[in-house]
Amino acid sequence: MSNPLEDMSKPDVIFCIGTNMTECHPVAATGIKKALAKGAKLIVADPRHIPLAKLADVVLPLRVGSDVALLLGMAHVIAREGLVDEEFLAARTSGGDEFLAHVAKFTPEWAEGISGVPAADIEAAGLLFGRAERGAIYYTLGITEHICGVDNVQSLCNLALMTGNIGREGTGINPMRGQNNIQGAGDCGALPNNYVGFQPVTDPANQAKFAEAYGHEVDLELGMTKVTALEQCGDQIRAMLIDGENTLVTDPDQGHCEHALKSLDHLVVIDIFLTDTAALADVVFPATAYGETDGVCTNTERRVQRLRAAVPPPGEARPDWWIISQMAKRCGFSGFEFESAKDVFNEICSLSPTYAGLNWDRIADGAYIWPVPYDGHPGTPILHQDEFINGRGLFKLIEYRDPAEVVCDEFPVWLTTGRRLQSYHSRTQTGRSSGIDYLLWEESLEVHPDDVADWGLTDGGWCRMTSARGSISIKVKATRQSPRGTVFASFSFSDVPVNVLTGSGYDPITQTAELKVCTVRIEPASVPEPAIST
Amino acid sequence: MSERHIEIDGQSVPYEEGETLLEAAGRTDAEIPTLCYDPRLEPFGGCRLCVVEIEGSHNPVASCARKCEDGMVVRTATDALEQHRKTLVEMVCSENRQVDVDPLSGFASQELAVLADRYDARTQRFVGRRSGQSRVDDDDNPFILRDYDQCISCYRCVRVCAEQEGDYAISVKGRGFDTQITVEFDGKLNESACTFCGQCVATCPTGALADRKALRHVDTPGPIEKTRTICPYCGVGCSVDLLTKGDSLVGVQPAMDGPANKGALCIKGQYAYDFVQHGDRLTTPLLRGDDGELHPASWDEALDVAAAGFLKARDEHGRHSIYAIASGRAPHEAAYTTQRFIRAGFWTNHVDNCSRA
Repeated sequence: MSNPLEDMSKPDVIFCIGTNMTECHPVAATGIKKALAKGAKLIVADPRHIPLAKLADVVLPLRVGSDVALLLGMAHVIAREGLVDEEFLAARTSGGDEFLAHVAKFTPEWAEGISGVPAADIEAAGLLFGRAERGAIYYTLGITEHICGVDNVQSLCNLALMTGNIGREGTGINPMRGQNNIQGAGDCGALPNNYVGFQPVTDPANQAKFAEAYGHEVDLELGMTKVTALEQCGDQIRAMLIDGENTLVTDPDQGHCEHALKSLDHLVVIDIFLTDTAALADVVFPATAYGETDGVCTNTERRVQRLRAAVPPPGEARPDWWIISQMAKRCGFSGFEFESAKDVFNEICSLSPTYAGLNWDRIADGAYIWPVPYDGHPGTPILHQDEFINGRGLFKLIEYRDPAEVVCDEFPVWLTTGRRLQSYHSRTQTGRSSGIDYLLWEESLEVHPDDVADWGLTDGGWCRMTSARGSISIKVKATRQSPRGTVFASFSFSDVPVNVLTGSGYDPITQTAELKVCTVRIEPASVPEPAIST
Repeated sequence: MSERHIEIDGQSVPYEEGETLLEAAGRTDAEIPTLCYDPRLEPFGGCRLCVVEIEGSHNPVASCARKCEDGMVVRTATDALEQHRKTLVEMVCSENRQVDVDPLSGFASQELAVLADRYDARTQRFVGRRSGQSRVDDDDNPFILRDYDQCISCYRCVRVCAEQEGDYAISVKGRGFDTQITVEFDGKLNESACTFCGQCVATCPTGALADRKALRHVDTPGPIEKTRTICPYCGVGCSVDLLTKGDSLVGVQPAMDGPANKGALCIKGQYAYDFVQHGDRLTTPLLRGDDGELHPASWDEALDVAAAGFLKARDEHGRHSIYAIASGRAPHEAAYTTQRFIRAGFWTNHVDNCSRA
């Protein structure tokens, strides 16, 4: 996020797109509700009529995967109505003139033709956001899990830049991170393109720095992304370490993923339960869990916070860092003589420019939001205040592209996936917490009531859902939360493995899977049948 | 502009425009009692315990609602105020089946008992009608105990649900002794707009709304310890206090001073914690045997096999044949050592995390 969570109650116009925030980030959503109580206006763009849409002033129910068209239409309105922040454009950005010329042809009527959102509503949203004193944008995986995820994000950046809604309190481009430490995993260099602290591996100066730190010359070229590595399993990739991820259930195209992991010569998994992924491993190590582990995590606003152990781990479970360090030592690698989480964290701080002013003791109260570039620096809650990292904010000329799959005679229905309030990911944790089953005990496919009737389905009955990659059985739930022609399910229940169906394509730059769009065929069924990967 | 001050119990106290007397008094030694007050919520002024005397003002005023004005002279603990407070606490206690409730009931659950002690108010001087009908038996939800026999109509639950959560699930029906905290159509919580975030439980000062999950551990021996950590689910990073008795994790309470959440939690952070001590946890390393099954193994054995497998792949297929996926759920130290294993061990950049899925 460019701005801190406490800013969420400060905008006068809030634009939420591709984020089911009340279910997926409920505590963050309380900030938005507070802003609304103070009179802020809310624009919600989502294919589904999510709970947040019920609070919105303008609802933009776009067809899945048509975000770029919708955002071009909004930018067109802002430019046409003279709502561009000319001063900000001149002082802080590059490419503004080309961008304003670019959007001239993308009228709201054009955007309606692609997104299905009435032109008048696109007009209203553009006017509302364009006239905001403090306009803030919030998004989640509904923006990034597309073949055009990068285009979607850059379209949002264009909107923020043209209206000067960045670098100030109550504004910004704010992706909500979905996992407690997914930000931290990146901070720590668990990326194929960056060392710890987002230092590019392709920069010779960084290579020299880490060759010295790690005692050996390191590769100058990028590593593989996880998506490529899974494709290469059994070919180039022969041995894999997976720490705390149920890859098999949460990744797209489950059949492909299972085949990939089984093709490895050697698979080591570290986890707290014997997940479906761990069950495929040659070696499984038991890790300590929440409440058993001292350590550090970074939240979505870049706040660096301490985790503390309250109870002893079961049996012989050990912290991940200890397990990996022991394995490294047995491989004969040096520099893994860590004796505590504190030792590891302080090494991170010594090598990361964004953490240079931090250490284990300093973060005890969670008072710092990175970057904290030196001792005594107060942290940086609002990014891009005076200048952008690369100097000026660059407009990008984005064009709309269709999703990897488009509805057709064989697969006439759009499927989109996500989470639900009461469960988390593959339910390895929420599914083992008592009481959660009282509220959510099974997965169901959300279908518009008119589609239920048209397709010969029964509310509460079974159906068979088939994509180009596989077929699953799932119960039908009639609800107006789904629009006509689009259905929704979560991927939380392993007996309803929705990710058997997904995986139609990947963003060419980030290789993020298009989990939010997949086309399917839905047929009534009397009884459930096992899932099949084709 | 010169700094503005009020005088509280003879002490000059600077204040900021818009601050209440109670907030300003929080920076002095004054100990003004409250029951309907939650610093996160708008002033309510219902319990009248926080009343103070202002020089020149005929009647005592609620310090939680009255704003500071320059030069105000305030007394917080005169004999008359303290007698008034004792009577009020006695009357409030007379409303309830019991004053003392288990501290596992909720974050604020001890507030009434603390005041009863402070004012020596367990006198049972007042008897008669009581308000609030318990829903303990008919609402069988596993999270929130609705023991309205214990309700004192402070409306903190109603207000936290509206102001803090924005859910407006909790409401009030009736007045006077007929006052009943309820939800739409007087139904069960799971049929209402309730999301089971537990905020009403956390703010309840009497245990009328209580943490049914934590209360399963009333008989677990030992004192309750609190450990501050961060919720393990989404990226908001809510601070929580884990409640333990000995080696048992018995509950979670929101951290009111958590920098990211300021006391707020959702159902997952509040109630989905007991996976930690679930019987399915892995307790030893596992090795795949010749029979193709996973079997328990010693750390020594398992670490040797794990390391040997990576070295074999490297020697036979080159160092670019090794790959690691770090967790977005485990701490920094896990992600850092994972990438260090790849970069310092195999000198490649073949490492990623799960942010692409």
